[in-house]
Amino acid sequence: MDFTLTDEQKMLRDTARRFAENELAPIAANVDLDSDVPASVIRKMAELGFMGIVFPERYGGFELGEVGYCLVQEELSRACASTAVVLGGHVSIGAMAIYLAGTDEQRERFLPALTSGDRLAAFALTEPGAGSDAAAMRTTAREDGDEFVLNGQKTFITNGGIADVYSIFARTDEGRGVRGISTFIVEQDTPGFRAGPPEKKMGIRGSHTTDLFLEDVRVPKENLLGTRGQGFKVAMRTLDVGRLSLGAQCLGAAKQALDLSIRHATQREQFGGAIARLQAVQFMLAEMAADVYAMENIVYRTAQMCDNGDPFGREAAIVKLFCSEALNRVVDRAVQIHGGMGYMAEYPIERFYRDARITRIFEGTNEIQRIVIARDLLKKKMY
Amino acid sequence: MNIAVLVKLVPDTAAQIRLMSDHSDIERRDLNWVLSPYDEFAVEEALQLAEKKGGEVTAVSCGDESMVEALRKALAMGAAKALHIKREGPHNLLAIARAIADNIHERKFELIFAGCKATDDESAAIGQMVATMLEIPCVTEVNKLEVGDGSLTAERNIEGGSELLEASLPCVVTAQKGLNEPRYPKLKGIMMAKKKPVETVEAPAGEARLDSLAIAYPPERPEGRIVGEGVEAVPELIRALREEARVIE
Ligand SMILES: Cc1cc2nc3c(=O)[nH]c(=O)nc-3n(C[C@H](O)[C@H](O)[C@H](O)COP(=O)(O)OP(=O)(O)OC[C@H]3O[C@@H](n4cnc5c(N)ncnc54)[C@H](O)[C@@H]3O)c2cc1C
Repeated sequence: MDFTLTDEQKMLRDTARRFAENELAPIAANVDLDSDVPASVIRKMAELGFMGIVFPERYGGFELGEVGYCLVQEELSRACASTAVVLGGHVSIGAMAIYLAGTDEQRERFLPALTSGDRLAAFALTEPGAGSDAAAMRTTAREDGDEFVLNGQKTFITNGGIADVYSIFARTDEGRGVRGISTFIVEQDTPGFRAGPPEKKMGIRGSHTTDLFLEDVRVPKENLLGTRGQGFKVAMRTLDVGRLSLGAQCLGAAKQALDLSIRHATQREQFGGAIARLQAVQFMLAEMAADVYAMENIVYRTAQMCDNGDPFGREAAIVKLFCSEALNRVVDRAVQIHGGMGYMAEYPIERFYRDARITRIFEGTNEIQRIVIARDLLKKKMY
Repeated sequence: MNIAVLVKLVPDTAAQIRLMSDHSDIERRDLNWVLSPYDEFAVEEALQLAEKKGGEVTAVSCGDESMVEALRKALAMGAAKALHIKREGPHNLLAIARAIADNIHERKFELIFAGCKATDDESAAIGQMVATMLEIPCVTEVNKLEVGDGSLTAERNIEGGSELLEASLPCVVTAQKGLNEPRYPKLKGIMMAKKKPVETVEAPAGEARLDSLAIAYPPERPEGRIVGEGVEAVPELIRALREEARVIE
């Protein structure tokens, strides 16, 4: 088992680290305050090539795999969770759905503009009445000559309103359950399609989350991705990838929270010395380190499985479940170590605490992850 | 323009450096290694010049196999090709400079950039030594550079002011902070670096005429000192900052 990075992976990580330190960290507090990741930041990520990391060269990608992508997500998340989520919504679910579901022709048509970052993608599965139970979706796509006509509403969609290309899931065949769902590409300027205003949120405020409204939205048949009726499968496979890189985001945020806590504990003095000399504080740091180490290992091990072409669905669910809960433990301890300062918006820990909470909810709640894991265990009747 | 940049791999300056128990060297395992920060200014300046005036940048490094990583980084930033002068053996700046000079003097570089010093041993010697061996001028610690036809003008900070220099080409220029804002490699550059040629030549180790005996941690910072209270303390504070701490001019 080899966790050594290649020269390329190292350079990629260093580039992401520098970008995060020089260009994200200084603005992260404002991104939160203004509820917006500036377009210039998204453009810069595109210029650096972050949007093509995982995809094949023939679609404008760089073939640096999930390992490479997780390295970047980890670094971005040390500085600004909102920016990492914008990238995640675009790459690991928006564009990924097209890559996983699309025919060669569809990939060639849509992916180059997405891997270059000229256009931004979003992934729209959730509806007001269909969250964890995604198969209960009511958005429909009716065949009409050479077109499909989409009607319905999506909710909580990351990159809603700022994305140009939407991977939208809709029911094509009534009464066929999960086999009646298909994936469509809807472009932002299609008549009848519109995004609602950004929701106000607890954390990751810089990433836009909106409703999407579809009223008689007509798309050519060529916009049905892959095979009709395969949409639910596509959604689940896409989310496997999303969950893995979400683990990398949790890892980056946790590492940063730990580093800030170590720094604070060694600088803050109470009762005649640094609080780091107190065992109660040391124990918190130690527990945080144990979580971070475990996260680091399962993220990159699973990313390697993904890059090797091995099945990793259950592992991705474990990564998502464990890393999101570990991050929440870590940021909670980080606030505790910072004391009152940890509660003040003036210091980054307060934002890290708010930003962390979403990771236990989106890309499938942690209850759903437990169901996915248990189902696999019981199917195989062993670990 | 045919331009060379001399580069070296060093421990990340953000890394916590630990010494081996016998203090003979730093603990090299578990360190993150990077292109020396001053070399980044050198590479950036070389690239900007090549972009402006046309021409090609060759990254050059002398040392063991690990130096290839520094070369790859320069290639990823945009250098066209790389020369690895492979040399193992005792730390000997003269031998390193000799190996570099011997291997580049026939390549007709009009400009040779280097960092003003490497951030590990801080010798600040290789650029000057190579220039001497090639019998060409050398301007050090440059923070502003204009290159014309057959000559350059360079600005450098000196104690209490700055100095403007003119030199004929070919010339060695060592880069100081402030010269430019180094780019970070884009993914495209990183992937292209894989396909760019790295030429390897062997160089003799040279004999050890100088040996590093031991290295030590910096002394603990002395405790702060209260110089006085209120407005009356200001002159003494300014004097101490200027003369003792030397952080203001
Ligand atoms: C900021 C943000 C960004 C998002 N981005 C996107 C996006 O880009 N694209 C997209 O499609 N969606 C997105 N979502 C939606 C997200 O995936 C859903 O919110 C999530 O899947 C949960 O659905 P729900 O909110 O309807 O909760 P519900 O499904 O109503 O769940 C409520 C509670 O019930 C529990 N629960 C439900 N069913 C079960 C069960 N069978 N067993 C045990 N417990 C259960 C849940 O775990 C949860 O605790 C986003 C959400 C947020 C908040």
